[in-house]
Amino acid sequence: MTADPIALARSLPAPPLDARSRYLRRLTVDALIGGERGHIGSTMSLIEILRVLYDSVLSYRADEPDWPARDRCVLSKGHGCLALYAVLADKGFFETAALTDFCRHHSFLGGHPERGKVPGVEASTGALGHGLSLGVGMALAQRMRGRAARVFVIMGDGEINEGSVWEAAMSAAKHRLDNLVAIVDYNKIQSAGPTAVIQELEPLADKWRAFGFETVEVNGHDVTALEEVLGALPRATGKPTAVICHTVKGKGIPFAEHDPSWHHKSKLPVEVHADLYAALEDA
Amino acid sequence: MRRTCLNMVHELAKRDDRVVFIGSDLSPGLLDDMKASFPDRHYMEGVAEANIIGMAAGMAMDGYVPYVNTIATFITRRCYEQVAVDLCLHDLPVRLIANGGGYVYAPLGPTHQATEDIAIMRALPNMAVVCPADADEMTRFMEASLDWPHPIYIRMAKGGDPVVTQGQKGFEIGKGVLLRDDPSANPVVFVATGVATTRCLAAAEALAERGIASRVLHLPTVKPLDEAMLADVAAPARLVVTVEEHSLIGGLGSAISDSLLVSLEGRLPPLRKLGIPDIFAKAYGGQDDLMHDVGLQPPQIVATVERALGLN
Repeated sequence: MTADPIALARSLPAPPLDARSRYLRRLTVDALIGGERGHIGSTMSLIEILRVLYDSVLSYRADEPDWPARDRCVLSKGHGCLALYAVLADKGFFETAALTDFCRHHSFLGGHPERGKVPGVEASTGALGHGLSLGVGMALAQRMRGRAARVFVIMGDGEINEGSVWEAAMSAAKHRLDNLVAIVDYNKIQSAGPTAVIQELEPLADKWRAFGFETVEVNGHDVTALEEVLGALPRATGKPTAVICHTVKGKGIPFAEHDPSWHHKSKLPVEVHADLYAALEDA
Repeated sequence: MRRTCLNMVHELAKRDDRVVFIGSDLSPGLLDDMKASFPDRHYMEGVAEANIIGMAAGMAMDGYVPYVNTIATFITRRCYEQVAVDLCLHDLPVRLIANGGGYVYAPLGPTHQATEDIAIMRALPNMAVVCPADADEMTRFMEASLDWPHPIYIRMAKGGDPVVTQGQKGFEIGKGVLLRDDPSANPVVFVATGVATTRCLAAAEALAERGIASRVLHLPTVKPLDEAMLADVAAPARLVVTVEEHSLIGGLGSAISDSLLVSLEGRLPPLRKLGIPDIFAKAYGGQDDLMHDVGLQPPQIVATVERALGLN
């Protein structure tokens, strides 16, 4: 068992964020400031995971979000939706200009993503612990239809406190769903504090292995490493895959990194807006 | 009724390859014939209701029509958030076949008695709530269920229940059925759902022998509610009596009184609501015993009517 997962996270080799990662983060800050709120810490840990999925792993058509043969990506940790919105907008599912309307009365971009409102959003999430079961059903549906489409479900570390996640994990293994990938954004901090204090998850990889998943751990901010892992799925025939992504809450914003108080922010002062953009400036 | 319902799932599966069955941890061999014919559309998923609801939703998002079956309390109380979010917010055509509505599981105690299921299910946007009175009606409802584009909660009775809807044709979700009419100008009007309707029909017969005319409006669909028919039937009543095998909080009686307060504003007939008071059952025995304990058997219904009419 790891004595101090946050210390471990701090000790991870952290490749510098490239221009694309900084650009996507700036889009999330645009939305955060426009909406005067958002789960910024939970968003920043997710960026590279979503970037790699949408840049080089998933098969999809931005101009035909319901394309039947698409790979499905469910953001089960719906509170990280700013990251998903930024990536979907960047990929052309909708205009990036819509981001600054985040959470506004007339906006289609809410504080948690909704299917049917946001092009490219597969499921309405936000209540935690739902996505993996949805993914099991989606993966079974692809199998029944004889489609090669794959299903990716991204969960938070706090989220997997929910018992329903482990019900779904047993079900995925039972059905030998090698078209299902469970991704854990393991940033080591949930809303109330460190996961090691609130609800210890370790030994996390062993848990997923014990539940029947082919399990791999990866630095969730290392684009090359993520491409290697997510680009070579399934890792085993007849088994679902779990990808535990070691990430940093608030990644890219030095004064927010590893800080539980940045899980969610609202009504940030204007001077902080400048600090956020300054942290994400291109070198 | 339960066997009829599940056999109908198999029949529908033969006709339509969208139909999937998902059970939890039900009887050995349940729907084995369907499993033999359609092994990829028959699932038995264990004691994991939250997962089952999400899984059904995931399939429905891809165009399937899952019929999910387990005990009513487990499919409502245990996984209410999954029902609310995965099924109702996404507005998906998943059917929840709930074994043991009301006091069916009387000997098993309150953990197994679904006495507030109608209230909590009908409070969810997009959810329909259907309580057939007998196996005949279940067959006709199941035919109608296939193409309903929204989620449906199906409340099952005990099984072997007397058939009281014979002669009815078809089933329209959201429509009431006047099972007993009376030409008198100001009859007593019973409004009931599920097997409570059967008790009302017996009570109506007994009242007729005493010279008291009554109508019985059966509402197999509690939601959407047939408010037009309800208002028509109730308007001339000297007394309206709602009867349900369900808590008096939030069930059929609540839906009826909410509706009539508006539709018959200023001319609302006297109203009595019969159902389960705000308690968990204190005894065991059979369904009929517990229904008797809360005054839902025909002689008790008759007595309530007579009291309300000032006749005893």
